[in-house]
Amino acid sequence: MKLITAIIKPFKLDDVKNALQAFGITGMTVSEASGFGRQRGHTEVYRGAEYTVDLVPKVRLEVLVDSAEAEKVIDVIVKAATTGSIGDGKVWSTPVDNVVRVRTGERGTDAI
Amino acid sequence: MNFNTGDTAWILVASAMVLLMTPGLAFFYGGMVRGKNVLGMLAQNYVVMGIVSVLWITGVYSLAFSGTGKFIGDFHQFGLNHIWQQATGFEALTIPPLVFCAFQLMFAIITPALITGASADRLKFGAWTLFTGVWLVLVYAPVAHWVFSPSGWLFKLGAEDFAGGTVVHANAGAAALALILVIGKRRGWPKERMRPHNVPFVLLGAGLLWFGWFGFNAGSALSANTLSAFAFVNTNTATGAALLGWILVERLRDGHATTLGAASGAVAGLVAITPACGFVSPMGSIAIGFAAGIICSFAVGLKNKFGYDDALDVVGVHLVGGVLGALLIGFFGTKLTNGANGFFYGGGWTLMGKQAIAVAAVVAYSFVATYIIAKAIDLLIGLRVTEEQEVAGLDLSQHAETAYETASFNDGSRFSQSASGN
Repeated sequence: MKLITAIIKPFKLDDVKNALQAFGITGMTVSEASGFGRQRGHTEVYRGAEYTVDLVPKVRLEVLVDSAEAEKVIDVIVKAATTGSIGDGKVWSTPVDNVVRVRTGERGTDAI
Repeated sequence: MNFNTGDTAWILVASAMVLLMTPGLAFFYGGMVRGKNVLGMLAQNYVVMGIVSVLWITGVYSLAFSGTGKFIGDFHQFGLNHIWQQATGFEALTIPPLVFCAFQLMFAIITPALITGASADRLKFGAWTLFTGVWLVLVYAPVAHWVFSPSGWLFKLGAEDFAGGTVVHANAGAAALALILVIGKRRGWPKERMRPHNVPFVLLGAGLLWFGWFGFNAGSALSANTLSAFAFVNTNTATGAALLGWILVERLRDGHATTLGAASGAVAGLVAITPACGFVSPMGSIAIGFAAGIICSFAVGLKNKFGYDDALDVVGVHLVGGVLGALLIGFFGTKLTNGANGFFYGGGWTLMGKQAIAVAAVVAYSFVATYIIAKAIDLLIGLRVTEEQEVAGLDLSQHAETAYETASFNDGSRFSQSASGN
């Protein structure tokens, strides 16, 4: 099993969510995040003084998948999240030892 | 005494409008501070409403407006004793003396409140309450007496200040400068970014100020007539012109016209037209407002050059704007509205000379007296919060409250400060 984590532009969340649902993904976790990558932050001006804001808002999306599907799911996310401009985000996968569905106690791939 | 019910009704309403300016100011300032200090700012402003409301009635009104002294009033109307008598020199008023007292109270509230913007984020709440009371008695009362009371020396001189450009704005601005020189810079300024945490609050506050200012300026006619109408229209016109002047500078200088700039420009215009609103023409008020918007938009940058931490630009907006408006009466004053003719209306430099004396006297006295008061309180109980309290924020350290449920990563406070390893 894999945990796919994606950091994407907030306005791309709906596109990515819809694409994942169309692919057949049945659950995900979404949280607000802040950070920076190569695009760095942005500059704001208050009363003539410039302020560099390092951390820009992003959305963090997490999906648990069967190892066999991981690459496909990553492709789906990347395709839906791309705008082509700097700051589109990153997607990575990490191995997962075990997963338990709390309600039923199912374990492993059955719990995904 | 023969009271006019129209005048009386208008000044009662105007008084309520001026009171609303202080909560408006609290939000104007509160939006500009970091999210961990917004309650501290609101509290400092609200407590002024409490302190001054009580002290004014108890004795400060008498010190400011009673008697025939040139420099200070007397104790004749302490505790509002003899309040059925008009204040000295105001015998012709058509409103009850108590209404005049209430109207002037609201001015005495907002003046010390204006100072809080400069010392934002680092003042001890208890020390601020002591400072407010002492400052009201030792600085506001005499200055109001000099300029507003017909027995005051600047009034007798013929210096014109319709609604408080010197008494309120230059006075508070000079006091703000003295106070911040005593307490020092905010921790981390100017290296660390301290951007406004809620610009919509700033705009909301500016709107309340603009509304309340009609009571402040048009109410200062102390009657409901053509003069109050001139003050009303001049106030609105100058404010609009100043708003445009400020955002024009921003667009040309920084690339974008900002909402904070629009609010700041409006307030700069309100400040500058305050002394002049009952002495100039509506066309003159366009010039005064536009000049205020442009000049103040540059004046707020002076703190970076000279290294004094005027957190929310009380010096750049209120001292500079108040002085500017008071001096421009020397050019734009016209008998057609009220008062004496300025330079552009054939009055020569006489009026300008009087305005300059009034400005210099008020600024110098306010600065020196405030510096001494601040220094004394600092030695006595300390004006400034500890470093730990400053990092935690005034909301938590002074009031055991927080304004918002969740910490935002982007507000430049909790996250970045704990990350920088305190």
